Amino acid sequence: MADARGLVKRRIGMRLWLSGGWLTLLVLAAIFAPLIAPQDPLMQDLFGGRMPPFWEAGSDAAFPLGSDSLGRDVLSRIIYGARVALGVALIAGTLTCLIGSLLGLIAGYFRGWPDMVISRLVDIWMAFPPVLFAILLIAVMGTGLTSIIIAIVVIDWTRFARVIRAEAMSQGAMDYVASAQVAGRKRFSTMLAEILPNVLPTIVVLLTLEMGIAVIVEAILSFVNLSISTDQPTWGSMIAEGRLSIHQAWWVLVFPLITLFLTVLSFSQLGEGLKDHFDPVLR
Amino acid sequence: MSFLTIENLSAHVGPAPILRDVSLSVAAGEVRGLVGESGAGKSMIGKAVLGTLPTAVKVSAGRIVLEGEDLQAMRPRDRRRLIGAKAALIPQDPLTALNPSRRVGPQITNRLVDILGWTKADAGHRAEELLDEVSIPDPERVMRAYPHELSGGMRQRILIASAFAAEPKLIIADEPTTALDVTVQKQILRLIKQMQARHGTALLFVTHDLGVVSKICQSLTVLFGGKVLEDTRVEQFFDHPGHPYSAALLAATPKYTDPDASLTPVPDAVIEGVQAEIAAFDRMHGHV
Amino acid sequence: MSDTPIYEIENLRLSFPDMAHKPLFGAAPRVEILKGISLTIPRGDVVGIVGGSGSGKSTLGRAMIRLLEPDSGTIRFEGQDITHLGEDALRPLRRKFQMIFQDPMSSLNPRRTVGAIIAGPLRLQGFDRVSQRVDQALDHVGLPRSFRSRYPHELSGGQRQRVGIARAIATEPDFILADEIVSGLDVSSQAQVLNLLDQLVKELGLTLAFISHDLSVIRRLCRHTLVLYRGEVVEYRETQALFDVPEAAYTRELLDAIPLPDLEQVWV
Repeated sequence: MADARGLVKRRIGMRLWLSGGWLTLLVLAAIFAPLIAPQDPLMQDLFGGRMPPFWEAGSDAAFPLGSDSLGRDVLSRIIYGARVALGVALIAGTLTCLIGSLLGLIAGYFRGWPDMVISRLVDIWMAFPPVLFAILLIAVMGTGLTSIIIAIVVIDWTRFARVIRAEAMSQGAMDYVASAQVAGRKRFSTMLAEILPNVLPTIVVLLTLEMGIAVIVEAILSFVNLSISTDQPTWGSMIAEGRLSIHQAWWVLVFPLITLFLTVLSFSQLGEGLKDHFDPVLR
Repeated sequence: MSFLTIENLSAHVGPAPILRDVSLSVAAGEVRGLVGESGAGKSMIGKAVLGTLPTAVKVSAGRIVLEGEDLQAMRPRDRRRLIGAKAALIPQDPLTALNPSRRVGPQITNRLVDILGWTKADAGHRAEELLDEVSIPDPERVMRAYPHELSGGMRQRILIASAFAAEPKLIIADEPTTALDVTVQKQILRLIKQMQARHGTALLFVTHDLGVVSKICQSLTVLFGGKVLEDTRVEQFFDHPGHPYSAALLAATPKYTDPDASLTPVPDAVIEGVQAEIAAFDRMHGHV
Repeated sequence: MSDTPIYEIENLRLSFPDMAHKPLFGAAPRVEILKGISLTIPRGDVVGIVGGSGSGKSTLGRAMIRLLEPDSGTIRFEGQDITHLGEDALRPLRRKFQMIFQDPMSSLNPRRTVGAIIAGPLRLQGFDRVSQRVDQALDHVGLPRSFRSRYPHELSGGQRQRVGIARAIATEPDFILADEIVSGLDVSSQAQVLNLLDQLVKELGLTLAFISHDLSVIRRLCRHTLVLYRGEVVEYRETQALFDVPEAAYTRELLDAIPLPDLEQVWV
C-alpha cells in the first residue's frame, strides 16, 4: 500500500541556523583570535582608557566596541574570552556527558545491583549544594581551568545519570529489546546497539544544555575571581570589572554580557534543533 | 429531529484528503456504529465533533450541527463550552486516558467542578453515585486510588463513569473495548448499553469489530478512506449488506461457530473497487 | 529424533516479586504467576494458548523461550533441559526458537531500517549470505524487497507485524512463539496475518505456539488449544473437540463472551 509516510522530510529550521550560526562564528573567532582580534587583549594604554564603542563620539575605530578602564580593547578581550568559554564548554560538557550517560545507561538497562549502587550514589551526590561543592573543590585543588572543568564534571554528571537512567529504563521495557535478547545478543551489546541510539536525542539535548551551563559556571567563578588567575580575559571577569565602571563605561559590562547570553541561548536551542532534526519518528 | 448531524464534512492533511464528504446523523437516544478498518477516518470524525482534531488536519467543507447549533460557525470558546456540557468521550486506551500522577476521584469530578461550576462536595457525591452505577465496589477507596493501582477493566469503567458524569446528550465511544480482553469486553459493552439506555444518551460508537456492532448498535455507517460507503439500519446490514466492501468485512470477521469458515481478508478486487470509487470522487471534486 | 516432542514442560512454576508491597529491608513477597503448568507440544503442532489478562499466558510463553527463568519445574526443548541454562549456553540455541511480539510499534527498533531489523538475529547467530536471507524472509511474508530501506514508522500496522514475522523466520527456527500478534489489528489485517502464519507453518515445517485472549482467531489456525486461568491449565485438548464440547466452565465463559456478527446470538 503506497502512502505518504515515507515522503515527509525534515528541513533545517530557523532555530538550527541561528544557534548553529552563532556558535560557529564563536568557534571560528576563538580559533583565529590572533588573526582577527583588532588589538592585543592584554595591552594596556592608560591614556586610551574608557573609549566608547565606534558609533559614539570620542571613539577610535581601532577599538570597535570601546575600551575598558585600563585601555584594553573590549572586542579583542571578548574574542579571546571565547577561547576560555568554549574550551570549558567542550571539555567539561563532553566529559560530564560521557561519564553521566554511561552510568545512567548501565543503571537503567541492567537494573539490579548496578542500578542500586549508581542510584544511591546519585542521590547522595545531588544532596550536596552544588555551588558550595564547587567552591570547596576549588579551594582544595586551587584555581585554574582544570579545576573548573573537574568541578563541573564531578558535580553535574548526576544530571545526565538521572535522566538517561529513566530513558534507558523506558526503552529497556520495549519489545525490541526483548527481541534482541531472543535473537541472542549479549546484554552489554544490546545496551550500546539498541538502546543508546534511541536515547541519543536526549543525550544530545542534555549535552548542549550542559555546555551552556559550563559556560555560565565558568563565568560565575571568574566573576568571583575563582577562575584562571592570570591576566587572560574571561567574560565573567570582564563583567565583574565592568560592573565597577558601569556608569562611566557601560560597554565594558554590556557587550560581554550579551555575548554570554547569546552563547548560552544558542547552546540550548542547538540541542533542541538537533533533536528535532535527527529524530526519525515523526509526531 | 436528529441530535447530531454531520453534513458533507471534508478534511485533509496537506494535499491528502482524509475525510471525503462525510454525512451522517445520530438521533437523540440512538446508538450508531461507525465502522471501518484502521486509517478509514472514523476516529477523525469523532475528533472533529469534539473539536480535538490534530493541528495538521484542516476541515475544508461541511457542517457539524449539535442539537441545532452549527459547531463550525461558533466562537472556539462557546464551542468548547457547548461540547463540555453536551458531549463526552469514552476513549480507547484506559491506560493513557487517565493522568497517572493524580488520584482517580478528581479526574472524574474535574469537569463538573471546573467547567460546569459544581461544588466539590456535590461533584464528589455524583462521582460516588456513578462509580456505584458502573458496579465498582468500594467507590470511596477507588476515588482515592491512583490509576496504576487499578485493573484495565476498572479503569475503563471509571472512564465510562466520567463520560456520563455531566449527563451529556451525546457520547462518542472511540473503540472503547479494543484494548480489553474478551470477557472484560463483554462486561464493558453490557455496561455501556445499560448506561446508554438508562440515561437516554445518543451514542456514536466507533469500532472495527462487526461482532460488537451487532450487540450494541441500532444503525451503522461504514467508512473507507474517509468516505461513507454505506449507511443503514443494523438489521438490514446483517441480513443483506448493501456494498461489496461491507459484505467483504462481514466475511472477514471470524466466526468460531463455523468450523469450516476460513479466514478471508477483504479481497483485493473489492479494495480496488472502492479505491476506484474514491478516485472518481476525488476527480469530481478536484482533489478538494 | 523426529519423534521427540519439541517441548516437554513439567510442573512449571514462576513467580515475580511484588514490588508494591516490598518492605524497606528484605525481599519483596512473591506473586505466583504460573502454578505448576505441564504440557507437551509435538513437533509440527500449532497450539493456541488462551486466557484472560492475569492468566499467565504471556509469562508461560516467555518462560518457554527463556526470556524468563522459572522457579521450579522443567522445560525440555527437543529433549534438552533448558530450565536453568545461563545466557551463554542459551545463545547458540536461540536461533531455534524465536518470538513474534504483540506491539509492532515497540518491537521494532524505530532507529533501524527494516533490512537491519531482519538482519539482526541473522548476524548475531553468525549466518552467511545475510542479505539474501533478508530478501527471502521478505518474500515469504509477502512484502516487497524495496521495504528494506524503510523505517518502521513508514509502514502500516499490518506491514510492521509482517516485518516482525520476517525477523522471526529468518533464522529458520524450529519453534515460534506468537504473543498476541493480531490483537491490535483490524479484521482484514488479522485475517491476512493468520493466513500467512498458516502458510508459513506448512511451508517451513514450523511448530507454533499462538497466544491470544480471543478464542475466535484460534479455531482456524491451531490444532490444539490450551486454556489458562490464573496460572493453571484449565483445559488442553484438540481445538475441534474443545470448541464442540467445552469441558471447563471457564472455557465456556470465554466462548460465550465472543460477540459474533450475528443479531440472533444470545449474548447479554
